[in-house]
Amino acid sequence: MLGKLTIDALPFYSGIAMGGALIVVLGVLGVVALVTWLGQWRYLWTEWLTSLDHKKIGIMYVTLALLMLVRGFIDAMMMRTQQAVALNSDGYLPPGHFDQIFTSHATIMVFFVAIPFLVGLFNVVVPQQIGARRVAFPFMNSVCLWMTTAGAALVMISLVIGNFSTAGWNAYPPYSEAQFSPDVGVDYWIWAILLSAVGSMLTGINFLVTIVKRRAPGMRLMMMPLFTWATLCTNILMVFAFPALIVTAALLGLDRYLGMHFFTEGDGGNAMNYVSLFWIWGHPDVYILILPAFGVYSEVVATFSGRRIFGYESLVYSTVAITVLSLVVWLHHFLTMGAGADVNAFFGSAAPLIAIPTAVTIFDWLFTMYRGRVQFTVPMLFTLGFIVTFIIGGMTGALLAVVPVDIHNTTFLVAHFHNLLIPGALFGYFAGYQYWFPKAFGFKLEEKWGRRAFWAWIVGFCLAFIPLSIVGLMGMPQRLNRYYDASWQPYLIVAECGALFILCGIIFLAVQLAASIRNRAALAVSTGDPWDARTLEWATASPPAAYNFAVVPHVHGIDPWWAMKQAGAAANRPARFHDIIMPGNSSAGAALGAMSFVFAFAMVWQIWWLAAVGALGMFAAVLSQTFRDHAEHRIPASEVEAIESRRILAAPLISGVPT
Amino acid sequence: MTDAVVTAGHGDETAAETAERAIDEKTYGFWIYLMSDAIIFALLFATFVVMSHNNADGSDRHTLFRLPHTFAETMLLLASSTTLGCSGAAMAAGQRWRTLIWLGVTFLLGLGFVTMEISEFYRMAAAGAGPWRNGFLSAFFTLVGTHAIHVSAGLVWIVLLGCEVTLRGLNPFVVSRLYRFGLFWHFLVIVWIGIFSVVYLPEIL
Repeated sequence: MLGKLTIDALPFYSGIAMGGALIVVLGVLGVVALVTWLGQWRYLWTEWLTSLDHKKIGIMYVTLALLMLVRGFIDAMMMRTQQAVALNSDGYLPPGHFDQIFTSHATIMVFFVAIPFLVGLFNVVVPQQIGARRVAFPFMNSVCLWMTTAGAALVMISLVIGNFSTAGWNAYPPYSEAQFSPDVGVDYWIWAILLSAVGSMLTGINFLVTIVKRRAPGMRLMMMPLFTWATLCTNILMVFAFPALIVTAALLGLDRYLGMHFFTEGDGGNAMNYVSLFWIWGHPDVYILILPAFGVYSEVVATFSGRRIFGYESLVYSTVAITVLSLVVWLHHFLTMGAGADVNAFFGSAAPLIAIPTAVTIFDWLFTMYRGRVQFTVPMLFTLGFIVTFIIGGMTGALLAVVPVDIHNTTFLVAHFHNLLIPGALFGYFAGYQYWFPKAFGFKLEEKWGRRAFWAWIVGFCLAFIPLSIVGLMGMPQRLNRYYDASWQPYLIVAECGALFILCGIIFLAVQLAASIRNRAALAVSTGDPWDARTLEWATASPPAAYNFAVVPHVHGIDPWWAMKQAGAAANRPARFHDIIMPGNSSAGAALGAMSFVFAFAMVWQIWWLAAVGALGMFAAVLSQTFRDHAEHRIPASEVEAIESRRILAAPLISGVPT
Repeated sequence: MTDAVVTAGHGDETAAETAERAIDEKTYGFWIYLMSDAIIFALLFATFVVMSHNNADGSDRHTLFRLPHTFAETMLLLASSTTLGCSGAAMAAGQRWRTLIWLGVTFLLGLGFVTMEISEFYRMAAAGAGPWRNGFLSAFFTLVGTHAIHVSAGLVWIVLLGCEVTLRGLNPFVVSRLYRFGLFWHFLVIVWIGIFSVVYLPEIL
């Protein structure tokens, strides 16, 4: 009846695991109680959960990312603490628990922090940046959000019921096979990954079509803002790379569920195939995470230097070159596997090539700042912090690409990819969050706490990862839950201090948000364009009306909003308003997400009847939407006019801005 | 240029324009989906080729497949591609019932194909050559099975489309869905030709 699920699935095995489970359960109950107490269920349902408005979906994505960031960071803090104390001792975490933590930390950070964060930014920004009123497939957008959320929920519930994988975030076989990992941990991993991967692939299709088909009249490809370019390239990678992850996870699942022999020891299985398949997705994924951040940096640098971006075309070509190269270097993730000299030589030489377009982008940002009037706002601080620290990441990467240097699987590798993904991705998302927050909500985030957060993050980042590079070169393998070399410990204690600084960084970000909400009247942006920005998303109201643009603008070059301000046309009121057709709400997306969670949970525990219920539920949700061809509603011209009049009254200050 | 910047000069959005645009975007998006699906098949093909000699226990692969059976399957699927084309021609001529009849024939041919595939799987499993036996058979069942699942999903889709054509007639949305279904079905036929050439022919020849 309940498959493998028994009372033993509750985490009685360790007090710490029990505590984690209690926090999750109490957190969920607390949110439910709070919403009930405030009487906001109807508001939440009609305005948010069933909304097909891309801005709201984007805000929900970013909220998911920030919540999961806290969870992922708690994992990191626990690991650093364990390694700081575990010299010649067990520390405070038993090995099985420690292994779950490093697995869930990475799985969460990649799939449920980075991906939702960047997709959230796409949603809030890209349609407005290209002068569109909506994305191409609003319902699919909602489905993607709720499937990603279901995947995150699956990882969270593994804290309470059963346990998570101990096989590392990449779940290499043969250890991840049923023979060596018979419990449900790897199954949780597989299903969380599958939900997230399908959601990401469909998001890729959605934004690819949106960018190709919904640009404002006159906006040619070589006029698109650089964040949109980065998004387009990211989406191409998502469409082409995520199928590989789906195949990888599915084949591992077939081995585990049906006793097949893709990656098993013996019987014709070959674990090396898994590693290759995994990284066919895995390496493009590095750029799926980094390119959107590059896009943010391009926008931020141009805006806060008060100049047109230097070398627009070279930035576009570099972004495209990175996209193409990222698809042909995956093997450098396992140069030590023994694929043969020729193969290693090809991939070992292809990998450093990516440094060329990357260097071009960095020089373009530097030349944009050169002789510009640089304003050191919080987004700009994150950008500058990125430029300085990313150099280290690039150089450690070049070292790792040298085939004969065997420092793979040491903490040097850990330091290297955190060097890429914290400044290269997360700082970019933070910069985007700070930069576009007033766009989404109509008031700025407070500067003071933002600066503090930045400094805490960058100091913490250096303290946490520079020591790991050093102990890595001293030979410390990654993922150790205890060790016997006393010379490593001082470095690991410094790294622990770094983690404490990052903790402060996260707290400061939370304080910043709370303080900004409190002072929102003082921080309000009445003109809708607080940064004197250049691209089209700032031409809409802040926060934007549901339809974004009352009249879709014509575009004649890059930086169209800047051109409109220069021409004194920014405040012009259109001669007349028109009816606008917008997508209505749909509860099918949330229903499908919920059913996908039921299905995946049932598959993890092999509760077959419940899995059938979940699968049928998903099918029904899709069916209810598929044949609805007229789900739109019409906003009459009079209503558009009323909304726009209120906006113009509220913002008398829009005018031509000095050069 | 000032006024031109803010006044794009479009009139009210009409339902017809919205619909036309939605259909155009869905078709384009569906092409992209097919490309991602092609990657799934490409990786399964690659896996199959890599594992095609991983019959660890030395089971004789040459006796597993039967050419007449596979040939008949192939003929059914190719015929279904043709009858779907006839359905498309009827649709273009606005002939609702003829469209339906050809859809029905396509459904039956597809059903015949899936039935033959299942019978082949069953025969192999009963003879002790199931997917759990060795890596080669795992790769074979997964590649061919994934195709079978796609065709089965296509069969469900035909039924739904048939109901829609019956109830709503050939409105532009229905026509566009029939068109996308056609893309999907012909795509599966192309994949099958790949399977026939890569999986079955080398074993038989």
